[in-house]
Amino acid sequence: MTLVPEPPARVVVIHPLVVRLTHWINAVAVFCMLFSGWAIYNASPLFPFTFPKWATLGGWLGGAIAWHFAAMWLFALNGLVYLVYGVASRHVTRTFLPLSAGAVWRDARAALAFRLVHRLGQYNAVQRLAYAVAFLLGALLLASGLALWKPVQLQGLAALFGGYEWARRVHFGAMAGLVGFIVLHLALVLVVPSTLKAMITGRARVMPSETQA
Amino acid sequence: MTRDPDTAARLKALRADLQPELVKLERRSLLRSGLSLGALTLLTGCDLSTGSNGTLADRMLWAMSKFNDRVQGWLFDPTKLAPTYPASMIDTPFRFNAYYPPDNIPEIEGADWKLEVTGLVADKSPWTLEKLRALPQESQITRHVCIEGWSQIGQWSGVPLKTFLERVGADLTAKYVGFKCADRYYGSLDMPSALHPQTVLALDFAGKELAPEYGFPLRVRVPTKLGFKSPKYIASVFVTNDYPGGYWEDQGYNWFSGI
Repeated sequence: MTLVPEPPARVVVIHPLVVRLTHWINAVAVFCMLFSGWAIYNASPLFPFTFPKWATLGGWLGGAIAWHFAAMWLFALNGLVYLVYGVASRHVTRTFLPLSAGAVWRDARAALAFRLVHRLGQYNAVQRLAYAVAFLLGALLLASGLALWKPVQLQGLAALFGGYEWARRVHFGAMAGLVGFIVLHLALVLVVPSTLKAMITGRARVMPSETQA
Repeated sequence: MTRDPDTAARLKALRADLQPELVKLERRSLLRSGLSLGALTLLTGCDLSTGSNGTLADRMLWAMSKFNDRVQGWLFDPTKLAPTYPASMIDTPFRFNAYYPPDNIPEIEGADWKLEVTGLVADKSPWTLEKLRALPQESQITRHVCIEGWSQIGQWSGVPLKTFLERVGADLTAKYVGFKCADRYYGSLDMPSALHPQTVLALDFAGKELAPEYGFPLRVRVPTKLGFKSPKYIASVFVTNDYPGGYWEDQGYNWFSGI
């Protein structure tokens, strides 16, 4: 170990352990929900297409539903742990706020002109908006999913979506939106691979000027 | 016993309509032995199967399904009614559903038919259609939700199962009410769902005597559960404390399947 004179950057924890754990559990839960959900969709397609067999989980409808109704607990409880931790520790407000339309507009234009600098551990306004939308889609998937699971026992919730048949369409639409987020998310990880390492170790090398606890 | 030409022609047309779905159905039944083929890809090179108990993932999914049975039993409110709809919202034509094509719909002569009653009941004498019609009748326009995801609104009427169970002196503290059907289908309900005011032994569909494709002469209609929990062509009803399972449940569908 040698001392580097005047280190330009220092290593800090940008993703706390709870965030990393819930992130990876969520990744597993979401993929189980998506692939089993596509198998369930295929049993009675809403639109004139079906999902390819290789992108489904469960083998047949009974298996797919067993996966979906097992993974839903993982998805919901893990999301709850993240939410409670994120709010109590102020991780959520610190990471994703403030968020304003003006900042999104400014950062979106900068990003399109390739002038937006990526800083590990610090999200620009476009990223903050993307995460906010992903959180809302997750909540919408959960709520519409509950309405589909229990359209009689939770008929008030189902009515909020316009009834069972509309809840199916909302559930599908929210899924499509979340898939859009995941595609974008994975594309950006490919562009900046150090983000993947940071989500595993939690640590990232950041410039002293831009550190953020 | 042969069908009248009108019924025969209608069922033939039904078969033509259903052709693509029947292909799907056959494919599904080929795969039903494996609860989770997808699980194999997750556990590649890690075969934990122990004979009929299946893979670790299979056993985990079964355990979760049993857990979901308990959660649903707890969520079930015996006084909460399924939403009802105006007659103008009834879907026609209403789909025929079974694990076999319409050609195999059992042919049952109403006059010869008798409903057998067994298990934890005081009076085991069989019932005729005439006797069932003499009991108080209940009519409902409710949504049938299929496990495949689609739903249709239909109208069923018949004897509330609770009324029937009371008449035969059933042990209402028993755990299950089971059904055996003329088409070798079978199923069972938890007692609270069996006693729900909208659970009926349906004799009529859409204001007419049940057509063969809708379960003639008798079917259960449980609007608080997925469609497969409402067996058709009922031959016998029994009350028991031993888990009776069901045709699809024994292959992996969740048993409670409340909605």
